[in-house]
Amino acid sequence: MLNTFSKEETNIRPSFNRWDFLALLLILGGFCVLAWGAKQMASPYELGEPIIIQLSPDHLAYYSLRTVLRMFIALIFSLLFTFVFGTMAAKNKTLGRLIIPAIDVMQSVPVLGFLSISVVGFIKLFPNNLLGPECAAIFAIFTSQVWNIALSFYQSLCTVPKNLHEVATVFQLSAWQKFWRVEVPFAMPGLLWNTMISMSAGWFFVVAAEAISVANQTITLPGIGSYIALAVSKGNSLAVFYAVIAMFLVILIYDQFLFRPLTGWAVKFSFQEIEEETSSWIVNFFHRTQLLRHVPVFLEKLTDVFINADFFRYQVKNKSIKINRSFKRSIQFCWYAALIVITSVVLYVSAQFIVLNVSWHEVQHVLLLGLITGLRIIILVMLCALVWVPIGVWIGLRPGWVSCVRPVIQFLAAFPANLLFPAFVILIIKYQLNVEVWTSPLFILGTQWYILFNVIVGASALPKDLYEAVGNMQVKGWLWWKRLALPGIFPYLLTGIITAAGGAWNASILAEAVNWAGVKLYATGLGAYIAIATDRGEFPELALGISVMCLYVLVVNRILWRPLYKLAEERYALK
Amino acid sequence: MAATLQISRGALRIKMKSNRQILLEARSVSKSFKKNDHQEHLVFGDLNLMLHEHEIVVLLGKSGSGKSTLLRIIAGLIKPSKGEVLYRNQPAGGPLQGLSMVFQSFALLPWLTVLQNVELGLEAQGIPKAERRQRALRAIDIIGMDGFESAYPKELSGGMCQRVGFARALVVNPEILLMDEPFSALDVLTADNLRSDLLDLWQSDKTNIKTIVLVTHNIEEAAKLADRIIIFGTDPGGIKAELSVEVAHPRNSQSQAFHDLVEEIYMLLTAPRQTKTSGVIKPRIIDFTYRLPKAEISELTGLLETLIAPEYAGKIELAQLAEELLLGVNDLFPLTEALEILRFATISGGDIELTEIGRQFAEADILQRKKIFAGQLLNFVPLARHVRQVLDERPRHKASEDRFLEELEDHLSVEVSEEVLKVVIDWGRYAELFAYDYNKGILSLEDPT
Repeated sequence: MLNTFSKEETNIRPSFNRWDFLALLLILGGFCVLAWGAKQMASPYELGEPIIIQLSPDHLAYYSLRTVLRMFIALIFSLLFTFVFGTMAAKNKTLGRLIIPAIDVMQSVPVLGFLSISVVGFIKLFPNNLLGPECAAIFAIFTSQVWNIALSFYQSLCTVPKNLHEVATVFQLSAWQKFWRVEVPFAMPGLLWNTMISMSAGWFFVVAAEAISVANQTITLPGIGSYIALAVSKGNSLAVFYAVIAMFLVILIYDQFLFRPLTGWAVKFSFQEIEEETSSWIVNFFHRTQLLRHVPVFLEKLTDVFINADFFRYQVKNKSIKINRSFKRSIQFCWYAALIVITSVVLYVSAQFIVLNVSWHEVQHVLLLGLITGLRIIILVMLCALVWVPIGVWIGLRPGWVSCVRPVIQFLAAFPANLLFPAFVILIIKYQLNVEVWTSPLFILGTQWYILFNVIVGASALPKDLYEAVGNMQVKGWLWWKRLALPGIFPYLLTGIITAAGGAWNASILAEAVNWAGVKLYATGLGAYIAIATDRGEFPELALGISVMCLYVLVVNRILWRPLYKLAEERYALK
Repeated sequence: MAATLQISRGALRIKMKSNRQILLEARSVSKSFKKNDHQEHLVFGDLNLMLHEHEIVVLLGKSGSGKSTLLRIIAGLIKPSKGEVLYRNQPAGGPLQGLSMVFQSFALLPWLTVLQNVELGLEAQGIPKAERRQRALRAIDIIGMDGFESAYPKELSGGMCQRVGFARALVVNPEILLMDEPFSALDVLTADNLRSDLLDLWQSDKTNIKTIVLVTHNIEEAAKLADRIIIFGTDPGGIKAELSVEVAHPRNSQSQAFHDLVEEIYMLLTAPRQTKTSGVIKPRIIDFTYRLPKAEISELTGLLETLIAPEYAGKIELAQLAEELLLGVNDLFPLTEALEILRFATISGGDIELTEIGRQFAEADILQRKKIFAGQLLNFVPLARHVRQVLDERPRHKASEDRFLEELEDHLSVEVSEEVLKVVIDWGRYAELFAYDYNKGILSLEDPT
C-alpha cells in the first residue's frame, strides 16, 4: 500500500557494532565541544533591531508565508544532503559504516537541542543580520527532516534488485546514467513518502524553532511560531485560534497542491500494483490545459540532456589499474589512525567540559530525570495503544470507513500538536490540576495518530480468509483478540508504537515546560531540564541534558524496540 | 537421420561446422565464492568453452551447477577467479560492445515506457535521439510489439515483457546474444510461442546475431533449440558432457529423433562423473555434510506411488516420467536424488527403478510407512543418524539446532547449512525420530506438547 506509515516505508535500523559506539562517542563528544564553543560565544551581543510581532490576523498570512519558506529551504538542503551523503554511504562501504550509524545517532538527538547550540554560532556568522537566527531556525528544521529521508534513500539504494544492476552493466550505462535512470527512480517512492512524513514532523519543529530563546534573550523570527509564542505569553486565546486556522489552511494547501499530485506521479515508480486510485483534481486540471501540458515534454528534454551528457558516458577501460594491496592497506591504516586521534581529542575536550562544569551529583540527577520522562512516555504510549487499538481494529475491518478516515488521520498527524498545547495549559491553570500528570497527554497528542494509523493498516491487511476461518469456529470475545486480532496486527502496532515513542521524546522538551500568560509550569523530567537550561543559557547543563536524552533513546531502541521488532518479523509476519 | 534438402540458413549452418570461426573463448576459467575468511566454495574449476559463429549453444543443468555463473562471466558481470575470457582473441575485461543479454525476470525498468526501455542501450552509447528512436521502433516492430511503444511494463503480460526484453537486447546490434532462462517465467503456451519466434528470427536475416547462448534447466527447450548442448553437473560443478545436435530445424517434438535426443540428455545428466559403465550399479554413499536435495515427503510418497502403478511396474524412463508429471529438471531431480539416497529407487541409464524396500513403502499404510522411512533415514542419511545419536546420549535428550548448524558450517556456507538441517528436520519429524520446537530452535525426543 502506498500511503502507510508502516514498516516498509520507515527505515530499518542497522545493527549495533563497534562503529555505532564510535559514532556515538564522536557525536556526543562533538556536541559537548559545540556547547563549549557556544558558551564561549555567548557574550553579550546586540541584534540589528528588535523584531516586533503583530497579533492581528492580517499579518498572519505574511507570517505563514515566512514559515512555509523556511520549511522548503530546509527541505531542499535535506534533499541535497541525502543525495550526497546517502549515495556516498551506499556506494562506499567504509564510508557507509561511519555515516549510517552517525545518522542513526543524530536521529536520537532532540531537534531542539540542535537549535539551542547552533543559534549562537549562526548569529556570530552573520553579525547584525537577521540571517543568523534564520539560518539557525532553518538548520533546526533541517535536522528534523533529513535523517529519515537520508536513511530511506540509503536503504533504497542498497536494495536495488540485482537484475536491474545487471541490466545497467550489460548495456554499458555509466555510473552517472545508472544513478539517474535506475537508482534514483527506484528510490523515488520511499524518498517521496519519507519527505511527506518529514514535512509533517517539520511543522512541529518550525513552530518551536521560530521563537528562539537562548541565554535569556528571545529572538522571534516572523512566522507562525513566533505568533503563537507571543499569543501564548500574552494569554490571547483568539490569536491562538486564528493561528490554528491558518495552520490548517496551510497544510491543506500543500497537501492538495503538492503532495497529492506528486504521489500520483510517483505511482509509475513503484513495482507493485496500485491498489487505490490516487486522483488529484490539480492533475486533472492540468491535463485539460493547452499550453501547460507541454511543460512535462520540455522537462523531459532537459533531463535527457542532463543524464546523457557526453562527459558522463561510459569509457571502455583499456587497462585496469591494479591498486597495490599494501598501498590499500596503508590508506586504511591512516584512515583508522585519524579516526582514533579525532575521537580521543573530542572525548577529552568534552569530558573536560562536562566534568569541569557539572558535578557528578548533577549527572545523577539528570539520569534520574531521564528515567522519569522515559517512564512517562512508556506509560502514555501503552495507554494510547489501549485506547486506539480497539477503535483501529474496528475501523480497519470495515473498508468503507478506512477510506473515509485515512485522510483525516494523515491530516491530524501532520498538524503540529504544539499549537493545541495552550488549550491544555489554560485548563491546567484554571482548574489547578497536577502539572506532573496533566502535561503528560501533551507528549502523545501529536504522535498518537501513528499508532491509530498503523493499527488500521494492520487490521485491513489481515487476510480475509483468516478472519472468516476464525469466525467460522465461533471464536468471540477475548479469545478472538488473543488469537487473531492482536497477533495479526502486532508488527504494525509495534511500528506505530516505536514511531510514537520517538516523537514523544522530542515533544517532551516542549511538553514538560509550558506557559500561558506569563505563568510558567514545569513538570519533573528531562524535557523540562533541557528547556530550562536553554532558557537560562546554561550550556554545560544543556549539553548534558541532550546527551542523556540521546543515550536513553538509543538504549531503549537497542534493548526494547529492536528485539521486539525482530520478534514481530519472525513470528508474527504474515507471509 | 533423413537427409534434408532445405536450403535454409539453418541447414547451411550445420554443414559449415568444420570451418567456423571462434567468436568467444573461455580459457581455464574457474570461479569460487568466499564463504568466510578461510574457506572458499568452488563453483567450477578449469573450465574451457568455445563459442563458434552460427550456432545456438545451450547450457543445461540443475540449479547450482554453475551455468548461470558461467553466463555472467561471459557477459562480463562477474570476474572469474582464474582464467580469462577472449572475445575475437582479445581479452575481455568487462561488458563488451558486441554482447547483449535477456533476463529471466525480464528486468524492465518499470518507470520507463516500452520505447524508453528499448532505447536504454542506445542511450548509454550516446547515440543521438532521432537515430535512437528510429532504431528502437524498428526493433519493437521486429519482435511484434508494434503499437505498445508508450505502454508501461505494468500494463504488459509476461510474454510481452519478455518481447520488450528481446527488443532491448537486439537494438544494440549484438553479435552474441546471451539468455538467462528467458522462458522459465512464462506459461507453457507463451514460452512455446516465443521460442518459435526466436527461431524464426535466427533463421531470417533481420539481425546481426552470430551466436546465441541460452541457459536453461528445461530439457525439452534445450532439445528444441540447441545446436550444441553443454551439460553441467553438481558436486563438483562444471561441464559434465557436451552433445552436438544434428537434427534440422524445425524439430518435431513427436518424432523419434527428438525422443532419442531427450533420452540421451537424461542419460548424460544422471550419469556419474566418470562415465565408464562397469555394469554394477554402485549405490550412492553420502557423508554427513552432503547437500541434501530439498524434497517434500508428500512429493516422495506421491512419486513412489506413481512408480508402483501397474503400467510401469516399478521402472520407468526419466524422460517419460518428467513428461507424465509435467516436471522440469529442477523439480524432478531433487526427488529422484532423494529416492536414490534413501535407497527407495535406483537410477541408471536414464531409467528409474524401484527397489524392494521402495516397493514395500509404496504398498504400506501411513504408520508402517513412517517406520520404513525411519529405518532408511537412520541407515543412509548420516546427519539424521548423528542428530538422533546426540539426542540419545544427552541426559535430557535435548539439543539446540545451532549446535548442529555450527558443525555443518565448518564445511558448508551458512545458508546451505540451514537448508540441509531443515531437510533433515522435516524428514526426521515425519519419521517421528525426533521433535522440533520452531520458536526455541530445540530438537528433542519428547512428544511435542
